[in-house]
Amino acid sequence: MIAVLALVAGVALGIVFHPTVPAALQPYLPIAVVAALDAVFGGVRAKLDGIFDDKQFVVSFISNVLVAALIVYLGDQLGVGGQLSTGVVVVLGVRIFGNVAAIRRHLFRA
Amino acid sequence: MVTPAAEVPASPGSAPVAVRYVRPAPGAALAPEPEPPAPADDEEPADDEETTRLSPPAEETGDDPERVTPETGAPSVREKEEEPPTKPAPWRRLSSAGALICVLLALFGFTLVVQLRSNDGDQGLATARQEDLVRILSDLEARDSRLQSEISALETSQRQLTSGVAGRQAAQAEADKRADELGLLAGTLPGRGPGLVITMDKVKASAILNAVQELRGAGGEVMQIAGANGQTVRIVAASYFVDAEGGGIIVDGARLTGPYLLSVIGSPQTMQTALQIPGGVVASVNSGGGSVTMEQRATVEVTAVRQATALQYAKPAS
Repeated sequence: MIAVLALVAGVALGIVFHPTVPAALQPYLPIAVVAALDAVFGGVRAKLDGIFDDKQFVVSFISNVLVAALIVYLGDQLGVGGQLSTGVVVVLGVRIFGNVAAIRRHLFRA
Repeated sequence: MVTPAAEVPASPGSAPVAVRYVRPAPGAALAPEPEPPAPADDEEPADDEETTRLSPPAEETGDDPERVTPETGAPSVREKEEEPPTKPAPWRRLSSAGALICVLLALFGFTLVVQLRSNDGDQGLATARQEDLVRILSDLEARDSRLQSEISALETSQRQLTSGVAGRQAAQAEADKRADELGLLAGTLPGRGPGLVITMDKVKASAILNAVQELRGAGGEVMQIAGANGQTVRIVAASYFVDAEGGGIIVDGARLTGPYLLSVIGSPQTMQTALQIPGGVVASVNSGGGSVTMEQRATVEVTAVRQATALQYAKPAS
């Protein structure tokens, strides 16, 4: 519940302040958001499984974001940033689909 | 999913460890589900690299439930928000990790919104990569050249149409001029110009015909003949002259009486000379008892007109 409130508060802050993304972060922010989305879905799934762990969630969240951004940064340095970010998005999308499938099975038994 | 909680219903918040510690085994996480083998289809592919690492207490990516080992499953009892009925005051036990989760989620929502907002504006070029920018630029250049060629094609067709308009106007003027000339020749238009006025008296139709042919040969362009009875007939290529019974002549169906006034437009000097050559029209008429007088005028009016005849058989060959 508090987590949902925090999420809503973050969304509200983003809407209210409407900051501009710094140019240096612009290639990495979308990937980081997708990675965070994957972590959030994983956390929800773990919660539904009853095996949620705070520390694990925090660490996985941060590491997901950082690793995703790092991969994209590395790709940019190597000149394959576009392809590598596409690959990261694909991998994270597969994981998100898996997590959502588990959540769906919990919620709807189907 | 809270089926284990039913085993210890009498411990609301005192011993949460006992409550959550019921299923420590990794495989048991999915045990209460109706279809235990179900996760094989879409859960395992995402986590196969982590399930191999089940033995160590892997805790770097907590979003995968299969990897939760017994000792990491133990701290998972701190699920505050999930069971408000069994734990009545979740906010009181907001640990540092929970606060960090909240901060992270708020940050996540914040960045999500920021990214969404920054993505739907016109900042698509600002966030694009270099190769994308190059591709966009080349696309725009190709489109530019395409539009340029279209512009030139349209300008060419515009020029053609404009010249077509001018040509059509010129053709119209030419056609009008031709129509005027042909109208004069066909006798459908009245004419005016320098010429001769010839008065012939006591002559036969053949003498008038000779005079008309001589005048045509001398460049006479438009002619009319008027009788003393007021009849005026335009002389064209198809005109005929017949002697009428009881005097006078019939020209194109109209009966004329003498003296006849023949008005002709053309070069006055040339026509007069042509009529006066020895043995010509004037000489033959005089020898026949008739009289011919000619008068050169700067302006001769030919007012008689004919109805245009619709050709019945002849068609243009071209």
